[in-house]
Formats: sequence, C-alpha cells, structure tokens
Amino acid sequence: MRCLTDSGKITTDIDSLRSEIRDKSVRVIDVRREDDYKQDHIPTAVNLPLANLLSDDSPESVLKLMNSMGIDNETSVVVYDDTFGALASRVAWTFEYLGHSDVTLLETTYSNWKSLELESDSKIPEIQPKEHTLNLQPNILATADYLQSAKERNDVILIDNRERLNFLEQHIPGAISLPYRTLATKDKILRPKDDMKRLLENRGITENSEIITYCGSVGTLSGLAYYALKSAGLSNTKLYVRSFKEWKNLQKPTEKQEDASYWDLSAE
Amino acid sequence: MTVSNLKQSRPDTAKPKINWSRVEEADNFAKTVKLYRQGKYDEDSFRRFRLQHGAYGTRMTGDYAMVRIKIPAGEIYPNQLEKISQLSEQFSIGSAHFSTRENIQLHWVVLEDVSEIFRGLTEVGLTSREACGNTIRNVMCSPLSGVCPDEEFDSTPYALATARFFLRNPMVQNLPRKFKFNFTCCEKHGMVRMVDVGLIPQIREVDGTTQRGFKIFLGGGLGNKSFVGYQLEEFTPEEDLVYTSMAVLRIFDRLGDRKNMARNRMRYLVNDMGWEKFQNLVLKERAIVRATQSVITQLEVIHTPNEIKRPIRITDESGTSITDGYARWLKTNTVKQKQANYRSIFITLEAGDITASQLNALADLIRDFSSEGKARFGFVQNVALRYVHEDDLPRLYSNLLESGLAKSGALTMTAPIGCSGTTSCNLALTNSHRLAKEIQRKLLELKFDEDDDLSDSSIKISGCPNSCGQHGIATIGFFGGGGRVGKDMYANYQMSLGGRSDGDTMLGLTCLRVPAKRVIPVILKIIEIFKQNKKSDDTLQSWIHRVVNNNEDTEIKSINDIKKVLEPLTIPPTKEEDPDFYLDYGDDTSYHTKTGKGECAA
Repeated sequence: MRCLTDSGKITTDIDSLRSEIRDKSVRVIDVRREDDYKQDHIPTAVNLPLANLLSDDSPESVLKLMNSMGIDNETSVVVYDDTFGALASRVAWTFEYLGHSDVTLLETTYSNWKSLELESDSKIPEIQPKEHTLNLQPNILATADYLQSAKERNDVILIDNRERLNFLEQHIPGAISLPYRTLATKDKILRPKDDMKRLLENRGITENSEIITYCGSVGTLSGLAYYALKSAGLSNTKLYVRSFKEWKNLQKPTEKQEDASYWDLSAE
Repeated sequence: MTVSNLKQSRPDTAKPKINWSRVEEADNFAKTVKLYRQGKYDEDSFRRFRLQHGAYGTRMTGDYAMVRIKIPAGEIYPNQLEKISQLSEQFSIGSAHFSTRENIQLHWVVLEDVSEIFRGLTEVGLTSREACGNTIRNVMCSPLSGVCPDEEFDSTPYALATARFFLRNPMVQNLPRKFKFNFTCCEKHGMVRMVDVGLIPQIREVDGTTQRGFKIFLGGGLGNKSFVGYQLEEFTPEEDLVYTSMAVLRIFDRLGDRKNMARNRMRYLVNDMGWEKFQNLVLKERAIVRATQSVITQLEVIHTPNEIKRPIRITDESGTSITDGYARWLKTNTVKQKQANYRSIFITLEAGDITASQLNALADLIRDFSSEGKARFGFVQNVALRYVHEDDLPRLYSNLLESGLAKSGALTMTAPIGCSGTTSCNLALTNSHRLAKEIQRKLLELKFDEDDDLSDSSIKISGCPNSCGQHGIATIGFFGGGGRVGKDMYANYQMSLGGRSDGDTMLGLTCLRVPAKRVIPVILKIIEIFKQNKKSDDTLQSWIHRVVNNNEDTEIKSINDIKKVLEPLTIPPTKEEDPDFYLDYGDDTSYHTKTGKGECAA
C-alpha cells in the first residue's frame, strides 16, 4: 500500500488533480451538501455530504460507504469541500482511521476552484463498488478517557482549534488556542510548509511532543488542524474527534479566562 | 504558469506611498519571546522591548498581548484593511478596535503569535513599532486635512513626513515618557492643545510671497492630571518644523522626569518650569539644533498630489431608491468638502469595535466610492471615506446599511468614546467600553442625533482616571472608579462638564459621581434642564460653557446648581431593592475593583 500521507503529502494541488482526473487515477470526493453537489462539482467527483458520514461513523458503516464509492485499499482519494477544508479533513481522517492512507485534501476550496474558472460539471458518475479491508489506526484517535490521562503528561500538547473567543470563554484545562483560521492562507486551505512550521515552533508545538487536537463538536476544525500539523512534519498527532461537546456532556472540568469581559470586544 | 496564478484580483485604486514596516523586526521579536520564555531575558527589559514594538500587556495575564497598529496621519488603504481583517481572524478575536489616536488594535493575541502579526503587516507596509512605550506614538492628523473648508493648506504630508523622520530614530528610542504629535486642519477640528505638540497649518504673506508654516502648541495633554498647551510663537515656518520638533524632544529627553512615572509626561515639565522659561529654552535649543546639523536636515515631505478619480461603475443601477434613514444619515454623518460636489462621510463604530467582515466591507466601499482610493481614521474611534461624489451618496448609504456601518449620528453627541476598559485593560476599574455602547444605543433610539442643539457636544468615557477615553475634553465626560455601600461595591463614574478641544479649549470641571447604572438617566436629565433653560440659539455645548464659567443668568447658574438637580438620581439603592445596580455593564457577577500593573509608563 502506498502511504502518501506518511511521505508528507497532505494536499493535492490543483494542477495535479486535474491531470489525475484526466488519467482516471483518482477518486474525488465532494463533501458539500447534496443540492450543491448536484448543481455542479469537480468532474468525476462523487458526493459524500459530511452529515451522511456523521449519521453513523462506526467503522463498519463508513467502510460500506467507501466500498460504495469504489474505493479499495489501492485507490488514490482526494477530498474537497467549500468550508476551508475542515469538512474534507474530517472525511479524510475517518478514511485514514479505517486504514486508508492514500487520501489527500484538495489544496483549495470549491469556491476558489470555481473562481479560477476551472472545469466543473453536473454529471453523477457511475461507480463500480469495491472491497476495502478494515485496518483500524487507533494511534490517530483520542477518546475522552485517553485525553484525560494523556493531558497530564508533559510531552502532550492539547490544541483547541475553535475561535479565540470560544476558547477564552471555556476550554479544556491545559489546552492552548490555535484557531483554525490561523492554519490557512487567503486561497489555500493550509499555509505553506515552512510558514506553518515557523508558526508552530513559535508556539512551542514541536515534534518532541504528542499532540491532540479538538474543536467544538464533531472534529472538523480540529481535523483540519490534524492535517496542518502533519503538513509541518508533526505526525505524532491524534484527533479528539468527539471534541468539546462530548467533554462537556461528560461533565469533565473546564476552564475560562478570568477577570475580563473580553466578549464585549467582539463587535457583536 | 499554473492556473493558481491566473486569478484576477480587484485592482486597487491607490497603494500606500510609504512602507512603514521592516520584516526583520518580526524575526527579532519571535526570537526574543523565545529567549524570554527560556528565562534568558529579564522581565523589565522584555517589557520595554515588547512595548517598543507595539505589543501591550493584557488584563490579568501574561499570555496575551494587544497589538497596536499605527496608522500614521490616519491614512489607510483597502489592502491594509483586508490584511488587518485576516489577522484579526487568525490571531485575535475576529474583530479589531479603533483607538482615539488613529491606531487600530488587535486584542487577545497570544504573545508567541505577535511576530506573525508583524509579518502579516509587512505585507501591506504597516507597523506597530513605537505604538507603545516611551517614544513618539502615532503621529495624528485631522481626518479632514486636505478637504476642510477652513484649512489654509493640507497638513497631511507634513504629518507623514514627521512620522517617517522619527520612526526608529535613535533620538526618540528612550524618552522619559511617551510623546505625541497631532496635526490638524483648522481651529474648529482641534485637538492641538491637548497633546505634547499640536500643529495648525498657517499661511503668512511676507513681502508679497506666501510662506507655509504652523501654529505650534506645546505641553498640553490629557491624563491623570491634564493641561492645556501653549502656543510657541506667532508663526513657525515649515522649514523650522523639524528643528522645533527636535529641540522640544531634546529638552524633554534631557530634563524630563525619569523617576516619577506618575508625572513624567512633558506637560508636567512645562508646568513645573513655567511656560515662559520652557518657551525660551525651546527657542534657544532650536537655534543650536539648526546651527549644529552637519548637513541640512529637512523633512522629506511628499507633495505629489493624490490622484482624485471617481471610481467607475461596473453596474450602474441609476436611480437607486432612497432608503429610510438616508436623510438622517446625510445630515449627521457627512460634511461638504472644499472641493465642489464631494463630501466626506463618517462611519461611527460602537466604542470603536469593528468585525473582520466589516473591515473587508470597508475596503470594498473605499474602492467603490472614494475618489482618493483610501480612508482616514478620525479622532473619535471612527473612520471617514472622503471624496465621495454627491451623486453616489444614496448608493453608498445602502451599501453601508448592508454591512452594518450606517449608524447615524457619527458627527453628533450620540457617538460617545469609550476606551477598552475592563474588557482588556489592566488599569481599568469599570467597563467604559460597554457603557459607551449602551449610551449610543439609547441616544439613537431617542433620535437625539437629529437634534441640532446636541450636535456639537460630546460624551467621552474612560475606565479609570488615565484619560484614554479623553473624558477631560468632553462636554459630558466620565472616568471610572468604584463606589461602596457598606461592603457592597458598584461601578461609579466621576462626571465632568464643559470640556472642549477647539479654539476655546478647556478641561471639563468636576460635577459629581454617577453610578454606572445611573449614567444614562443623568445624561437625559442634563439635556432636559438644558432644554428648559436654553436661549433660542443655544446648543448644549454653548449653554454648559456659560454655566461652568458662571456666566449664566437663569435658575441654573453654576455647575453646583446642575449638581443639585442631579444628586437625587445618584443615590444608591440597597442591594435588595435593586441588585442590578451592583453589576457593571457587561458583567453578571458582583462588581469589585481589580487592577494589574499599568504599562503606559513602563
């Protein structure tokens, strides 16, 4: 099995994707809503609205979805969305978790693809189902229990990828704030590698640590961060996929920035 | 070429003329933060370094900073606004804050991310260098300079040249205290007597030739103790501008108090020494400076005129229907320029707050409506689009409405100033920021912006005695403190009346203490007694001016008489009667005063 992500490839650039589509050597997945997909999409793309995946993201169920999209262990997969890469990241991470490592993110969003006037169509491709094996990768998943014990360790960095205001109001104790917006540039879903490395190094996020990312509820923003970290060579990263929503529901401790009514500065 | 390079961006009508930034300062800052975290840089030196680069501390935490971006002369370009928008989403709280000194601030920035903001700013030529610390702060200029019907000439190029001359200049890297320059257009638009150096452009005829120069005011300033500045001489010719500035700075550097942080602004030096002595020293020092320059030092004043070009309509839906509220907005937010057919339009922001998406919208509006292709920050946490053709005003108004930037009353008393207060400042005692918003909402609801009697008055609020909200020059000014009933505390403001910053500059006189939750009723009561006692051509400002100077002949003769009328409104209820009284605005827990160490004087 090829391991592109392990070799450091996190995103697929526009030009490469266009030639892979011409060569029919890629399965493109569009993670937008069905209506949007039906209007137009990148040629040959199949639709997997994130909600469909989240409605039951048990490994067995996701495996069925993969099979129905014609993905086997050898298929090269590129995922895109129109939500700065966060939804695409959640899908890519799930595939990776199931043992499919040849999955990358399109470097840009569908809006940007359209604004560049690149090809799109409304054809829905016919797919031959395939068989993917299940090879779970628990090393990239953090559960609440795992997080609770891991975060006491010195070599673990917990990253909150929600917006700064959400973080100030409430977060998991010990987390540091790295808002998802920080990860992108104006037209790419992730910063260039050197840029990202410098930013993370400044924050003391280095490869000597195990990193766990989380966000608000379903692991999308933190999914993007998971790939951002990998793109900078930080591969010892786990996604706390159930994120802050579960943490609060479990009534685990939270912390806030005291003595300031910072929310009043957020121009409402 | 790859497809990614093909994307067409919207052409900018104007690009910044001056690059204020230096990318190596970003690297250096990042490196220094690391050394500091490793304990290799002591606390005090690091703080000085951080402030010199424009990163201020944040309330009760060392992990966050506020980055104060300087906008010299208040001139800002669309691409710069877009960059600040992006940086606010990446590293701050998705909004930015306009200060009263033509800075724009990003709050709650992780200290380790500050260098990334610097890096982003270099892409658009902006800097926060020397926005804090004991150096020359942002050089201000009136938002109407260049378009004001009453000005003798446009002082903007001189403000920019002064900013450029002193930025990173070794002679101002370690002054006894911060130092501020304000350029203006005319007496009425003011603010020159409330600052270390204030300048009004002036033209003189000498033997049939006209000569440019300035009226220079020295030694004014607002703060814990405020002073009104003195005029140095009748006329200072333009070539003496730089020598005069240098002379004043050299005297301040040499004689300013470096020990007593509480009184080391230049205004104290002037006050202690006496104006005449100080004036003499400046004139002598100027002669020395002039005589000892090894080369002729002059400011690099860029006189190339700005290109004025009305933006081309791509889709011209002529005959835009006049929206509700347009007349009100036109009256209270726009002024005619000296250039025929053009107006300057002012955007008021609640206590200076603007969201990331509004910053982007503002950039588009400049491109689409301003014939000079840039905007100007104002003195009161606002921003002006100038050179808007009168025919374009209705369309501009409906665009402003869409972005939530069309609030009326920008040029009236209904647009109060509020510093950031307890929302982020270490020194603040009250949430002045939120109070300013509450007042604005209330006064607009009452349509006071349409009342001509109130248009030349102002309300300004500071969260502590230190005057960042400029309460001393407000018609009705407030600064925050704590009040107490038994062991229960409440947010309380000291109110002053009659302050102004125009040709009749004076500091407001103390009236009485007003609990935060009684400030709005008190303002309304003042307006009510004004209406009962005014003469037919009075404005609130002119009436209060007479009262505080004891020149009024009706039943309200003095500030004491006003105090008597207001006092019943300020009596604290018990906590049982009115628990809300004991909460500050924007807070749902019992009020208590809590401050950290200030850095203004660091």
